[in-house]
Amino acid sequence: MSNQTEVEAKKKFSFGDFYKKLGPMVALIVLIVLVSVLNFSFLDPLNLLNLLRQVSVNALIAFGMEFVILTGGIDLSVGAIVALSGAFTAQLVLAGVPTILSLLIGMLTGAIFGAINGVIIAYGKAAPFIATLATQTILRGATYVFTKGNPITGTKMSNNFGFQFFGQGYLFGIPFPVYIMAIFYICAFILLHRTTFGRKTYALGGNPKAAFVAGVKNNKMIILIYTIAGFLSAVAGAILTSRLASAQPDAGNAYEMDAIAAVVLGGTSLAGGKGRMFGTLIGALIIGVLNNGMNLLGISSFYQQIVKGIVILVAVLLDRKQAKA
Amino acid sequence: MQIDMQHISKSFGSNEVLKDVNFSVKGGEVHALMGENGAGKSTMMNILTGLLEPNSGTILVDGKETHFDNALEAEHHGIAFIHQEMNNFGEMPVLDNMFLNKEIKKGFGLIDNAKMKTIAQKALDQLDMKVDFSQPIGELSVGQQQMIEIAKSLMTDAKIIIMDEPTAALTQDEIQKLFVVIRKLRDQGVGLIYISHRMEELFEIADRVTVMRDGLTINTYNTADTNVKQIVHDMVGRDMGDFYPERHPKFGKTMLEVSGLTNDKFKDVSFSVRSGEVLAFSGLMGAGRTEIMRAIFGIDKLDAGTIKVDGKELTIKNPNDAISHNVGFLTEDRKTEGLILDATLADNIDLPSIDGFSKHGLIDEKADKDFVDMLLKRLNVKANGRDDEAGSLSGGNQQKVVLAKWVGSGSQVLILDEPTRGVDVGAKREIYDLMNELTDRGTAIIMVSSDLDEVLGFSDKIAVVYEGHLMDVVDTKDATQESIMTLATGGKNE
Ligand SMILES: Nc1ncnc2c1ncn2[C@@H]1O[C@H](COP(=O)(O)OP(=O)(O)OP(=O)(O)O)[C@@H](O)[C@H]1O
Ligand SMILES: [Mg+2]
Repeated sequence: MSNQTEVEAKKKFSFGDFYKKLGPMVALIVLIVLVSVLNFSFLDPLNLLNLLRQVSVNALIAFGMEFVILTGGIDLSVGAIVALSGAFTAQLVLAGVPTILSLLIGMLTGAIFGAINGVIIAYGKAAPFIATLATQTILRGATYVFTKGNPITGTKMSNNFGFQFFGQGYLFGIPFPVYIMAIFYICAFILLHRTTFGRKTYALGGNPKAAFVAGVKNNKMIILIYTIAGFLSAVAGAILTSRLASAQPDAGNAYEMDAIAAVVLGGTSLAGGKGRMFGTLIGALIIGVLNNGMNLLGISSFYQQIVKGIVILVAVLLDRKQAKA
Repeated sequence: MQIDMQHISKSFGSNEVLKDVNFSVKGGEVHALMGENGAGKSTMMNILTGLLEPNSGTILVDGKETHFDNALEAEHHGIAFIHQEMNNFGEMPVLDNMFLNKEIKKGFGLIDNAKMKTIAQKALDQLDMKVDFSQPIGELSVGQQQMIEIAKSLMTDAKIIIMDEPTAALTQDEIQKLFVVIRKLRDQGVGLIYISHRMEELFEIADRVTVMRDGLTINTYNTADTNVKQIVHDMVGRDMGDFYPERHPKFGKTMLEVSGLTNDKFKDVSFSVRSGEVLAFSGLMGAGRTEIMRAIFGIDKLDAGTIKVDGKELTIKNPNDAISHNVGFLTEDRKTEGLILDATLADNIDLPSIDGFSKHGLIDEKADKDFVDMLLKRLNVKANGRDDEAGSLSGGNQQKVVLAKWVGSGSQVLILDEPTRGVDVGAKREIYDLMNELTDRGTAIIMVSSDLDEVLGFSDKIAVVYEGHLMDVVDTKDATQESIMTLATGGKNE
C-alpha cells in the first residue's frame, strides 16, 4: 500500500481518465476565454450575473438528473414537469393563495410526478427511457389542458413582490435564483458524496444485483431518486415562471436535453455508477456559457441548436471511449 | 503444435506482475500452470492470446516468432482460451452465446440455427450434458455455464486449449467428465494448459507443471517426479502445514433454525446451525443448495416454511431484512452478485455495513476508511489500496474482497457459498483460519461447497442435498467420501 501514490503517478496517460478528472474544468475555461476574446461584453459583470441566473434553471434540473443517470437511468419528463408544476404555481398565485404556499405546492406536485416515474420504473420494471418518454407526453398534454393552451398570467402575479422576487430579485447584487442553485448544489453534493444514500446510489448504478444482495433496497432508492429529480425540476419551474411572470404551456420544452448534456459534459457515465456532482455543475456552466456566448455573437438560434447537438455528441463519444478503456 | 513463451515481462503501472517468465506447451501434453492468487497466470494467458501486450519477451509458435493482435486471431491459429471469468450475455439464449461472432449462415445471410444446434450438441455430448438451447444462459448455474464454455472450445478444432480454473465451479462428477475429455484431447495430440488451485487435480491430470512466484518461473517438473509438498513450497516460498486447520468447536445456542422450507426448487427443508458451528452443504451441481440459501436470505421467494434467527421467527422479504438480523451471504457468483467491478474496494467492502458508519445518513469517513483498511489487511488482499477498482484484482483476490465485505458486516449467521472458489492454497488456509476465528467468537457458519475434500476437511456437520431434498445431516467425524456421495446421488446409507 506504500507505493500507492507512485502507481497513480506512473499510470499510463489516458484521455478518458484525464477528461473525467479535469476535462470539464478545462473545457469551461477554454470556452470562457474563447467567448471573451470574441466579444468583450461577455465579461461585463451584468452579463455574467445574467448568465448565472440563466444557468440556475438548467443546473437545478441537472442536479436531479445526475442522481438518475448515476443509477443508469434517464428522466425525459423533467421539462414537462417544469411546465406543469409552474402552471400550478401560477394558478395558485392568481387564486390568491399565499406566495410561499403556492411555491411549495408547485414543488410538491413536481416531487409527486417524479415519484410516479419512480414507481413505474421500480415496480413496473419499465425501461426509464420509455417510461419517462411516456410521462413526458402525458404531463405536457396535461399542461396544455390545464392552461387551455394559453399562458397563465395576470396582474396578481406581476404585482406580487414575493413571487417576482423568487425569479427576478437580487440579494447583495446577486440574482436570487443563484442562491437557490447554490443551496441545492450543496445539498445535492452532500447527499451524493457524504451520505449512505449517495453510496447506495453509486452501488445501484454499478451493479444493481450486487447492491440488492448487499442490502440496498433498490426499488425504494429508485423511487426516491426520481422524486428528487421531479422536485428539483419543479423548483426550476418556479424560478422560470417567476422570471417570465407567466406560466407558458410550452415552458421547459427540451430542457431534458440541456440537463442530460450538463451531466454528460460533467464526466458522468451514461452507463451509471460513475460521476461527480461538481462535474455536473461545471457541465451546466458550459451549456450556459455556450448559450450566452452564441447569443452575444449573434449566432442564429438555428445554428445554436446544431452547435449544441455537436457538443453533446462529442461528450457522449468521450463517455463511450471511457467505458471501453 | 508447440508454443514457447520466453522471458515474458509485464507491468500494470508500477505493479510489475511478470518479470521473467518462461513457459512452454506442446501437443499431446497437459501442462499445469500453478501460482498464488495474483501471481500472473491469467495475465500470461492473456498475453499468449493477444488480449494483453507484454512489455518484453517473445512468443514462438512451432519455433516461429508470432504475435496475435486479438483473441480471434489466436483462435484462428488454433488456440482456444476458456476464461476464468465467463463473459456471457445473460439474457441471450445458450445457442447464441455459443456462436457469438461465429454464427453459421445459410443463403442471404440468414442464420442456420439447425446446423448450429447439431454442432453444439456434438460438443455437449462429449461432456455428457443436456441443455435447452433457447434458454437464456444467465439462468443456468455457474457450473453449467462453465461446461458450456468448455464445450465452446471443443467446437473449434483447437490445437492448444487453455483452461483457466475450469473446475472452480464444477462438482466432482463433472470434473470427472471433463477429465475424460481432456485425456481424449491429449491423446489426439492437442496441447492443454491447465490452471487450477486444486492440488489433487494437478496430479490426476497434468503431465508437466510449471510454478510461478513473484513474477518468475520457479520450476518446471514432470508431475511424476514431484509431489504436493514441493509444489506448494515453490508456490508460497516456504513449507506449509496441513491444508485444513483443526476445528475445536464450542457450540452455543441455535442461531439459525429453518423448517419446512419449500419453493419450486426445493421441498420441505429443515435444519439448524448453532453458534460456533460450521455446517457444510454438499450435493451435486443443481441439487438446490444455492437456491435454499438464496431463499433464506430473501433473494428468492419462499412458498412455505419458517425461519428462526437467534430464536426469533422472522419474515425475510429481502436481503436488507436478513442483514438487519445479522445474517450475511457470500454468493457463489462474485461477478454478477458479489462485486461492483468498477467500484473501488472500499465501496464494495463497506456497502452492507455502511449504515453502521453513519449518523443521520452522514458517513463518518475516517471510521469507514479505517474499517476498510483493517479488513483488507486482515484478509491479506493483494492490491495497492482501498481505491483500486475491484475488477483490476486477480480472481482469488476478488473473492477475498467479497469475503471481507461479509466478515466486516459482523454477521452472526454467515452463509458462504463456495467461499474458497478460485483461491490459492495459502489463501485457502487463511480463509479456514478466519472461519475458525469467527466460530470461536460465536458465529454460526453455513458453508456450501462442491469440494468434497473441503467439506470433509473443514466442517462439524454435513448436510447433503439431492434434487431439492435434504437427504440427511451427518456428523463430519462419521462421514466418508463414499457415504456423502451416496447421499448426494439419492442413495441411503444404512
Ligand atoms: N487490467 C489490469 N489492470 C491492473 N492490474 C491488473 C490487471 N490485470 C491484472 N492485474 C494485476 O496483475 C496481477 C496478476 O493478476 P492475474 O489475474 O494474472 O493473477 P492470477 O495468477 O491469474 O491469479 P488468480 O489465481 O487469483 O486468478 C494482480 O496483482 C492483478 O491485480
Ligand atoms: Mg487468474
